[in-house]
Amino acid sequence: MISPSQVEVDRDKGNFHYDTDYSFDAGIGLSEDVIRYISEVKEEDPWVLDFRLKALKTFEKKPMPTHWATEDLKNINFDVIRYYLAKGQKPSRTWDEVPDDVKNTFERLGIPEQERKFLAGVEAQFDSEAAYSRMNEELEKEGVIFVGSTEGLKEHPEIFRKWFGKVIPTSDNKFSALNSAVFSGGSFIYIPPGVKLAQPLQAYFRINAENFGQFERTLIIADEGSEVMYMEGCTAPKFETSTLHSAVVELVALKGAKIQYVTVQNWSNNVFNLVTKRALAEEEAEVRWIDCNIGSRLTMKYPGVILRGRKARGEVVSIALANDGQHQDTGAKMVHAADETSSNVVSKSISIGEGRSSYRGLVQMPGHLKGCKNNTECDALLINNNSQTDTYPAITVQGDANSVQHEASVSKVSAEQIFYMQQRGLGEAEAMSLCVNGFVNDLIREFPMEYSVELKRLIDLEMEGSVG
Amino acid sequence: MNSLKIENLQASIEDKAILHGLSLEIPKGEVHAIMGPNGSGKSTLAKVLSGHPSYKVDGGSATLDEENILGLEPDEISRLGLFLAFQYPMEVPGVTIANFIRAARNARLPEGEKVKAVDFYKELYEHMDDLGMDRKFTARSLNDGFSGGEKKRCEILQMSMLSPKYCILDETDSGLDIDALRVVSEGVNRMRNPDRGILVITHYQRLLEYIVPDYVHVMSEGKIVRTGGKELALELEERGYDWIKQEAVA
Repeated sequence: MISPSQVEVDRDKGNFHYDTDYSFDAGIGLSEDVIRYISEVKEEDPWVLDFRLKALKTFEKKPMPTHWATEDLKNINFDVIRYYLAKGQKPSRTWDEVPDDVKNTFERLGIPEQERKFLAGVEAQFDSEAAYSRMNEELEKEGVIFVGSTEGLKEHPEIFRKWFGKVIPTSDNKFSALNSAVFSGGSFIYIPPGVKLAQPLQAYFRINAENFGQFERTLIIADEGSEVMYMEGCTAPKFETSTLHSAVVELVALKGAKIQYVTVQNWSNNVFNLVTKRALAEEEAEVRWIDCNIGSRLTMKYPGVILRGRKARGEVVSIALANDGQHQDTGAKMVHAADETSSNVVSKSISIGEGRSSYRGLVQMPGHLKGCKNNTECDALLINNNSQTDTYPAITVQGDANSVQHEASVSKVSAEQIFYMQQRGLGEAEAMSLCVNGFVNDLIREFPMEYSVELKRLIDLEMEGSVG
Repeated sequence: MNSLKIENLQASIEDKAILHGLSLEIPKGEVHAIMGPNGSGKSTLAKVLSGHPSYKVDGGSATLDEENILGLEPDEISRLGLFLAFQYPMEVPGVTIANFIRAARNARLPEGEKVKAVDFYKELYEHMDDLGMDRKFTARSLNDGFSGGEKKRCEILQMSMLSPKYCILDETDSGLDIDALRVVSEGVNRMRNPDRGILVITHYQRLLEYIVPDYVHVMSEGKIVRTGGKELALELEERGYDWIKQEAVA
């Protein structure tokens, strides 16, 4: 019979770390001094420091959202976290210039190899700062900007300041406020009008140090009629103590632009992953969030699209896999704010052992709008008897000129299904993997090829030890 | 000897004894049928031989070409060469027929080896044509939303593709109309050969008009109570099962 996992699932690819000397260390705990230190190290303009200090106040004022979210949030101890760790060198343009320990980390994660094979640009962040950042020279000539947040705010304020913190205000939630106070790293991207990138840009976020908080800040602006696909991957080693990852990602798709944002996160089980992601879509623009959440202790992430221009389209495609000791609390937000806007949400979650997955969806369509459409499908698959799933849809639709459709399903891999597959000669674990892959197969196809292969492998690894 | 041999098999589910010392031998090259009233333990026999985890073996033996199969995992028994065509095939959403059969074929190869896609599809299409299945079925999810007839055809397709040494067909005729029954039976008949033993479990004589058995066994209360030639099936059709039960008691 199928029983819960007794075995610690191995996701060893990311489970290693190098002892590293940091030239800049903001110390332990959060205070105004820590923020002044970060801002000084980064040689920021005064307006950025002001922005940070205001955000700290907001963070301190805001309560933990435990009135709706899990009590586990109370176990985050902000006083023992290190908020800024950096080697103090500018991002290198060649891997040769990257310090050995950092370079070895990314070599082991396969980043330089992927870059050679299929990427138009790469940024590799090690703890607080980017260690490597390079983009195809052709794109640079066309005016594409792909830099870290520090460089973006300093070198291109005329482009980035206009939108910085506008899609996700500091006060959106406690963790967006925290990020706004201590942010470091992340990507700032600008695609000029009409420029369509044939290959994706990629960022890789790596946590190396223990008790460290990673707070990257990403802002992507796709100007009129441009197209870009951005991919991010994340890993961290397994430490005894918990680690915090709290990013803010803002996307702006101007008239007719297309942004696809692909995430594959494979955090170790000690990471609190509390991320705010939101996009603004202008007239006829299209934003797709394609998201896969594997690992972490707790993930709270609800990518959203504000459909502000006529005929704008928003989409969230997400896969979440919750294993023993993990809670994937994910979902989507679709805010319709113009006529004929459409949104689509497809979410699939898998709960293994005592894992728990939750779906939270928010759809808003005010009554004065016409011709808006939303379709939401959320399906949950339970593997073991004590696996858990829950769904919290919040749909507000007014008026009679809009349409909304919501479908949800929960299914369980049954012992009879496994017996049937075993009777054809497949081992129990293989049968289980096939069921799970079958469940998410249509969504995996939405990921770029290079990621979908990796995803299938990760899912197979997660399934090992889930039976027996 | 090359046979599926069952001796004095006793088995139970949730402490309820179902098989009470059943003996039966199916040599390669023969087709045997088991008939019997509802609740006599026919399907239990199929599941116990396939290693279903809900059943407990309380005694006796079962061997496949002299190799013990009791206590093995279902997939081990399958790879030794026993195929069970299910009475109620399970639906597996998202897993296509082609991928499923391919995975089952790969499971029979040494670690690291895989079937060649071109050869595999050629063979698959031939069998599908024989069974009158639309080739588009390869891309459909296994049994997902299939009609009764489609499910049974899909069982015979899998059986053909895995070329087992011994086949057990559990109530394969249930839920089939006459046309589907004929197609499925033809599929089974194509698989009759001197290197394969087949056990047909059925409630009705009708199936045995299409798949003509060498021997017919009557099962009652967890045992084989009578064995005869194909004419025994007709006798059962006429007289019902009660007279055999009474004889068995006497």
